Amino acid sequence: MQTQVNESLARSFGLSAQEYNQMLAIMGRIPSITELGVFSVMWSEHCSYKSSRVWLKQLPTKAPWVILGPGENAGVVDIGDGLAAIFKMESHNHPSFIEPYQGAATGVGGILRDVFTMGARPIANLNALRFGSPDHPKTRRVVDGVVRGIGGYGNCVGVPTVGGEVNFHPSYDGNPLVNAMTVGIARKDRIFLSAAAGIGNPVVYVGSKTGRDGIHGATMASTEFTADSEGKRPTVQVGDPFTEKLLIEACLELMATDAIVAIQDMGAAGLTSSAVEMAGKGGVGIELDLDQVPARETGMSAYEFMLSESQERMLMVLRPDREQLARDIFQKWDLDFAIIGHITDTGHIVVRHHGVTEVDIPLAPLNDQAPLYTRPTVDTPKQEKLNPARVEDRLGLSRALELLVGCPDLCSRAWVWDQYDSTVGGQTVKRPGAADAAVVKLEGLKRALALTTDCTPRYCLADPETGGAQAVAEAWRNLTAVGARPLAITDNMNFGNPEKPEIMGQFAAAIRGMAAACEALDFPVVSGNVSLYNETEGKGILPTPTIGGLGVLEDASQAVGLALPPWLDIVVIGATIGWLGQSLWLREVHGREDGAPPPVDLAAEKANGDFVRTHILNGTIRACHDVSDGGILVALAEMAMASGIGARLWTHPRDIPGHAFWFGEDQARYLVAVPDHANFTRIAEAAGIAAVRLGTSGGQDLTLPDGGTISIAALREAHDRFFPAWMNDGTKKDTP
Amino acid sequence: MKAGIVIFPGINRERDMAIALQSSFGTVPKMLWHKHTDLADLDLVVIPGGFSFGDYLRCGAMAAHSPIMRAVAEHAAKGGYVLGVCNGFQILTEAGILPGALLRNASLRFLSMDTHLKVERADTAFTRQYQQGQTFRSILAHGDGNYFADDATLDRLEHENLVAFRYATKSGDVTPEVNLNGSARSIAGIFSPNLRVLGLMPHPEDLVDPLMGGIDGKPLFDALAAA
Repeated sequence: MQTQVNESLARSFGLSAQEYNQMLAIMGRIPSITELGVFSVMWSEHCSYKSSRVWLKQLPTKAPWVILGPGENAGVVDIGDGLAAIFKMESHNHPSFIEPYQGAATGVGGILRDVFTMGARPIANLNALRFGSPDHPKTRRVVDGVVRGIGGYGNCVGVPTVGGEVNFHPSYDGNPLVNAMTVGIARKDRIFLSAAAGIGNPVVYVGSKTGRDGIHGATMASTEFTADSEGKRPTVQVGDPFTEKLLIEACLELMATDAIVAIQDMGAAGLTSSAVEMAGKGGVGIELDLDQVPARETGMSAYEFMLSESQERMLMVLRPDREQLARDIFQKWDLDFAIIGHITDTGHIVVRHHGVTEVDIPLAPLNDQAPLYTRPTVDTPKQEKLNPARVEDRLGLSRALELLVGCPDLCSRAWVWDQYDSTVGGQTVKRPGAADAAVVKLEGLKRALALTTDCTPRYCLADPETGGAQAVAEAWRNLTAVGARPLAITDNMNFGNPEKPEIMGQFAAAIRGMAAACEALDFPVVSGNVSLYNETEGKGILPTPTIGGLGVLEDASQAVGLALPPWLDIVVIGATIGWLGQSLWLREVHGREDGAPPPVDLAAEKANGDFVRTHILNGTIRACHDVSDGGILVALAEMAMASGIGARLWTHPRDIPGHAFWFGEDQARYLVAVPDHANFTRIAEAAGIAAVRLGTSGGQDLTLPDGGTISIAALREAHDRFFPAWMNDGTKKDTP
Repeated sequence: MKAGIVIFPGINRERDMAIALQSSFGTVPKMLWHKHTDLADLDLVVIPGGFSFGDYLRCGAMAAHSPIMRAVAEHAAKGGYVLGVCNGFQILTEAGILPGALLRNASLRFLSMDTHLKVERADTAFTRQYQQGQTFRSILAHGDGNYFADDATLDRLEHENLVAFRYATKSGDVTPEVNLNGSARSIAGIFSPNLRVLGLMPHPEDLVDPLMGGIDGKPLFDALAAA
């Protein structure tokens, strides 16, 4: 390719004038177009975290059980029995809007590779999804494609999809969020890393062939959307879950030997980022011969080879005497295996194609001088605290409850889960909807992992610091509510354009809140991903720092679910003052999204959670559900619908208006079902924990304190209605 | 009873199946790569679920032509036991070992949920530990489980009493509402004429441990262990 590289071309590749000049200084000459491509992707927001790095450093990343924190392909924590959990969450937002099926599918594929690259067998997937308003003409098509894509990929690779979230808000109309999380298990003394080593060692390419798909996907993910973004469909990759499955099996088979020195998947920015990162981390050089790269099409240029984001590919550095062993394993699985280069001592990445040197870049400055911005920030103005007594109880309890359990954000997600294989592997103890966190047992052991994803974006918009803390606290609470000991999180920071001070202010504040919660709850961040420029036509999404939480249960049989058993006392743990600001009740009943969000008292979170966990593990608590969106009454309705068992509720405390008590979203609370409330509340009081008896379970109706009654059957009907009705309509219209 | 599990590239429920077989048989089943052709020492050959060869052609169509399938056909012809679950059932029909075909689910969506199966005959090596006419819970996880055969074949299956299971309500009513994938005559599984080959779509192997929500599938494996 003879295109002349200059500043205006560099700009069209996403580099600023300053970044272009820095590149010239490093190179000491005008770079080739392929070299420009390498710089532009390595210095893109997506790969370099140039706007977010200064803030991410504030997050706590250490705990005695953390084996590896951020910096590798995924985080690693010690889960006992000589095993490690390896996990991470990653966004595929931009591709999922342009091409929902493939965007979501390749999101799942990419995060799976991040995890098995490190030597782990993936045992669970989760997905946190945020879509536009159900009334927006495009939302149905996006939901349908994303759900099919996640199912199509995850079901085929045979990793159960066990949990996640689905929410709607008009701010995602032009920019849905698809955050995919994978959790894998490895022996803790068999973790594979990406730092290349051993001068002369072969660099091996395995997996699918390289085509022209996804070129410059990382750059696309680093810009805002405009009206013609859907024309970028060719930058979206196409997933092949069958090849991924073979790649998992072949890699794990090879990892059982001593052949691998270093390994890295080819994700965003493909061969470029994997080669640069492996050699850079190892402090060595790398030389690649593109004529050896398995190609799907002919006539590809060096630029195209280096920037392609074809899926299901891995790069490895092998011990030279194990080449044949490795080749045999990949041939058995019918996967491409090619030696495409070797490790050098030059400290440069050198790429040759047809005998011509197309790239020769010193790695140290490419990595070390990557741009880093402390962008200006503006604080989000605080909203006023809402006085619940001044918000009219317009519907009464039973009608408001029916409305809430049927609204798009709280209705049954069965339509979604029912398309995901949640049981493959035979270890799923708590499937989607059965408990606050998914519980997946480790094969052959009593031990199990608890997994969840959480974020309440409307809180984050109103007060990003509180919202950031709340997201971490809710993840911790959901793990606690099944009886697990929370260990660590992965974070997926989805925000708008970082060049806008108010957006960067949201980001910085959310990090502050998250850091405080991680610190207080001993719940460090071990991996994560940042997705910025989530804007279309200048309109940003709600700030969405999605948290993926992981906890451990020593004995899977101790896990509790949320289904309400009959003839037990129902007790709420944690103080209720009736916080209606930013509540779903306020939004659904009054159409208002205002007020300060509920404050997060981290000391109370810790104390209440530790109390609940202790009493789950000692067998006192028979069912547990955290109180979140919709407050106590929605939480109780969810417990009742899960089992088909109703409850009779007592009156609420006199000093709080009824609608505020039952629908307020005060934090740090759990509903628990226990056999003897008197004894239980006494123990709680002695421990300084707020505990109030709400009623008793039994029968087939929910009898409300204002005398109203709703049958569980009627609640279920309201709860189950939305998705099938909305989507059946959609499939008729949208399926050819 | 010595059991082996066939592994095609893309199969993904082999571990679930191995756990179920081991819990009933007390021995670890042999894993058989699809290029393997010697089944002489085995009593039971199991083809588990998954997406063999990605199911990129018709489900099971590629696997049906793998070297091991000739050996499986011979094993069946000699009266050996064969169990095909989900993709395994699809492969058995593609290989012509069982009649009919599995089409896309009527909803055109993947179905992952619990279902109830009605036991149509309890006098076989697979079903002896169930009661005739009882229902048990099983897990669906497929995109192509809509059993299809021409009327003559369906009539013959019914006439010869070769229908193993039908989709039913918990109380045993065979209704269109619970026939979620749209199978002809609500058929969830069928036997070969000698009752030694069983193919079914749902996954009994995923309900063999109370921790995973029940042991409704265990009698099938216990019965085989005793056969």
